[in-house]
Amino acid sequence: MIDTDQYLVRQEPFYQPQGREVALFEAAYRKRLPVMVKGPTGCGKSRFVEYMAWKLGKPLITVACNEDMTAADLVGRYLLDANGTRWLDGPLTTAARIGAICYLDEVVEARQDTTVVIHPLTDHRRVLPLDKKGEQVQAHADFQLVISYNPGYQSVMKDLKPSTKQRFAAFDFDYPAPELEAAILARETGVAADIAAQLVKIGAVARRLKGHGLDEGISTRLLVYAASLIQDGVAPRDACGMALVAPITDDADIRSTLDHAIATTFA
Amino acid sequence: MQTTLPLDDRQALLQAAWKRLDTRFPQVEAVFADLLDAAREALTPQGLAAYLDAARQIGKLGRGAEPLLVFLEEWPEVAKAAGETALDAVMDCIDRMQKSPNGRAITDCLQTLAPVARRLPSPALLHDYLAIALDLMTRTTGSIHGRHATLPSPGLPDFFTRAPMLLDQLSLGGLANWVDYGVRNYANHPERQKDYFSVQSADSRAVLQRERHGTLFADNERRLGLYLRGVWQDDAPLIAYSTAFDQMRKPVPYFDRLGFRLPDVYDDAAGVTGLDRYRVALAHMAGHRRWSQPLVADNWSPFQRLAVECLEDCRVDTLLIRDYPGLRAVLLALHPRPAEDGCDAQTTSCLRHRLAMLSRALLDPQHGYTNATLNAFAARFHALLAHGPASTREIAALALEFVTRTRQPSDQFAQVHFADTVVDYRDDNRHLWTFIESGDEEDTLEQQSKPQQTHDTPTLPPRHYPEWDARSQSYRPDWVSVYDTLHPSGDPAVIDRLLSKHATLARRLKRLFDLLKPQDRERIRYQEDGSELDLDVALRALIDFKSGAAPDPRINLRHRTNGRDIAVLLLLDLSQSLNDPVAASGQSILQLSQEAVCLLAWAIDTLGDAFAIAGFHSNTRHEVRYLHIKGYGERWDEPVKARLAGMQARWSTRMGAALRHGAHFLGARKADKKLLLVLTDGMPSDIDVADSSLLVADARQAVREIEQQGIFPYCISLDPQADAYVGDIFGRQFTVVDHIERLPERLPQMFIALTK
Repeated sequence: MIDTDQYLVRQEPFYQPQGREVALFEAAYRKRLPVMVKGPTGCGKSRFVEYMAWKLGKPLITVACNEDMTAADLVGRYLLDANGTRWLDGPLTTAARIGAICYLDEVVEARQDTTVVIHPLTDHRRVLPLDKKGEQVQAHADFQLVISYNPGYQSVMKDLKPSTKQRFAAFDFDYPAPELEAAILARETGVAADIAAQLVKIGAVARRLKGHGLDEGISTRLLVYAASLIQDGVAPRDACGMALVAPITDDADIRSTLDHAIATTFA
Repeated sequence: MQTTLPLDDRQALLQAAWKRLDTRFPQVEAVFADLLDAAREALTPQGLAAYLDAARQIGKLGRGAEPLLVFLEEWPEVAKAAGETALDAVMDCIDRMQKSPNGRAITDCLQTLAPVARRLPSPALLHDYLAIALDLMTRTTGSIHGRHATLPSPGLPDFFTRAPMLLDQLSLGGLANWVDYGVRNYANHPERQKDYFSVQSADSRAVLQRERHGTLFADNERRLGLYLRGVWQDDAPLIAYSTAFDQMRKPVPYFDRLGFRLPDVYDDAAGVTGLDRYRVALAHMAGHRRWSQPLVADNWSPFQRLAVECLEDCRVDTLLIRDYPGLRAVLLALHPRPAEDGCDAQTTSCLRHRLAMLSRALLDPQHGYTNATLNAFAARFHALLAHGPASTREIAALALEFVTRTRQPSDQFAQVHFADTVVDYRDDNRHLWTFIESGDEEDTLEQQSKPQQTHDTPTLPPRHYPEWDARSQSYRPDWVSVYDTLHPSGDPAVIDRLLSKHATLARRLKRLFDLLKPQDRERIRYQEDGSELDLDVALRALIDFKSGAAPDPRINLRHRTNGRDIAVLLLLDLSQSLNDPVAASGQSILQLSQEAVCLLAWAIDTLGDAFAIAGFHSNTRHEVRYLHIKGYGERWDEPVKARLAGMQARWSTRMGAALRHGAHFLGARKADKKLLLVLTDGMPSDIDVADSSLLVADARQAVREIEQQGIFPYCISLDPQADAYVGDIFGRQFTVVDHIERLPERLPQMFIALTK
């Protein structure tokens, strides 16, 4: 049968709670409510889900959604083999069978009509009909669906259908408060507290430029990259240029502004 | 250099020199001895000889004593700055001016030569400057019958008068460009040429602004806005003030309720780039906005206010550095470093000097000043700021005490020490003071608010667009004014009648347009690579395989959405020539265009694409009308039809400005594809441009600009002779409709072909 162990999160991931989200998630899980995690990129959504899977001791199946994904990629499809055709479960079906937490990362990247296949799993029915196979998969008692989504993309195309949105309990994530974020950097990379604070300050500069040429500010994840580079002995200015400025923008004006902020912060 | 000679020798030398000069102007004779002394101070013996020979030549030009006197006075200065070898170039220049009708300008030229030479301190540079002047002279010297140059250049004397000011702001290259622009545009217009070269006219100033050296505000506005927003969390607007024409009163940055005011240009200074100077000035003002509170000024003397301002500036700078330590290096580089004994307290008022020293000491830990009071106050200042940002009020108390403790009787003297006391990134602190009484003056008039200007018809202010000048390969800044208006309305029933007249054509078009309609989701079968297994095909292939035949590998299928995301702007040339009748039918081009446009509009409306219609015509560069007939948000209904029915044609075709303005609207649309259709009947022209090839070149440039914005321009020309120029403007993106009678049929077809 399916090897459930491979989906278990073995080590405790580091997660710094920003509020009461851990307790609230546990409550949602007790009621098996589908959960939506919203927030800008790199603010800790995936880390949070991983942490909760570890805390609840449930297997976690992650699907990174993309534009080309079809319903068959989630549910499963027939493949050919020597004896004819063979059905292969998709990740969603597998999760429903073994009672895992199925995490659809960046769900808006998938096309809207693809995401409709999750609907029967997310209401009182908790079933997944496999119409091609003629099977009705009843979800395992432990199964829970979690999706993440970044409302920052101000695009008509990248949004969930209202009928999809209305099936989830939602957590609103944002970048942590400065002190908390500095603590995260220090804990994650071992960087000194003052450098962590300086990095967070640069992050804040970029976040304030959102909508003025930047689609997204510098994420906590990028700050962690910068901090780990600094921890590895890279000069702070180089580390910031490499991890914080170059990845997020090609706009010369924004680059120059961020470079200046970095130069004056790390004097 | 020669030392003082015995009196006899001096007399002998003077006589020899006078003889060599060979002139009998009494005005010269009166001052010659002094002038010669000054020249002997400045020149080498060879230089002195050459100086006298040159002076002799100038004296014999027949232009009176003035040029000679000016030369005798100015040359030693020039030679000191630019070197004696520059004399050849100067004499050559004078020679050429003398041989032209511009001899009168020789005096003007010599008059400003010394200040010019101080800005161009080498013979080569001075030579280039004179070459520019001669170029200006030859190109603007007029002739009556086209053969002999007889009229002096009108702009040349003004140019010489303004040259030192110009060279303050322009490099020689910039000066050459500025001169070139003026010559090209005003060569045949003496009055305007004078205005241009005396820097009176608006475009003279605009071009000057464009050519200035240094970091221009206009080039960095967005960058500075981002800096202010990102780093200082402030989003007040940035407004530039001009520094070019205010020589006496150097304006400094300030902020008021309208926003931050910054100079329009900063040169690099003290190793700090212009951009960084802007940033520091902004940071300082943003710091004031964040940390300073206004104080009541009425009871404080100017000295006290000066001290409060200085210390408050220091407090703000200290807090800035605390936030961004890297600013310290920049601030210190820009901050003057007054020498401790730089000011003589016996003769001058030293308060400014003391404050500048204190300010330096507060910002620079390595200030090295030994004055005990100063160091004590610096220590108290830092103690005050050690825990948190302190407040303006506490700083003011400290400042007042500093004034009291260091007061000297000489502070009241009229002569004030200014050297090394100006910190130019700091603003004028007008925000720091509130006045309870508005002023001591008794005749303060009630402030009368100006009556609002009322327009007869409500119009939007014009938008200004540059125009491409092909001859200089540069833009004329803000050259064309475009006014937006709604097109006047007519009777909408006319359009319905037109549509019913073309009912058969409309039906045929509708079928074509139906084919264009987006099919939502399309399934593509028989794919080797696909998203899903096409089970039927797969099983058939498997059976083939098992039965020994070659299986078809294309067993997958995939889906494709077939959407249309396009925004269209139809731009109509509404110039006078549209009223010409078309030979065959007796209808005017305007009527035919009207029919064609209404069919197309109807068709696109059924298709559901975003669609706007606008017309344009122009009456010189000062009045280009852009007439909105249908906006993107409007439905194809009565008001739009009424405007289309009221279509009128007049004036000329300034196409470039209309294209730019149309692209301004189309560019704001969020669509994958943007199509700008231009329907015109002739080449671009306007009554204020004699050579319409210039407007053709401008239109071509406009087409290039809008292509860079991701807009696809396409021209439909009704001019049978259009091939001569339309390709120059639109490249290959044009169609010439020869049978204008068939336009109603052809226009929608072309649209379909373009968007299929």
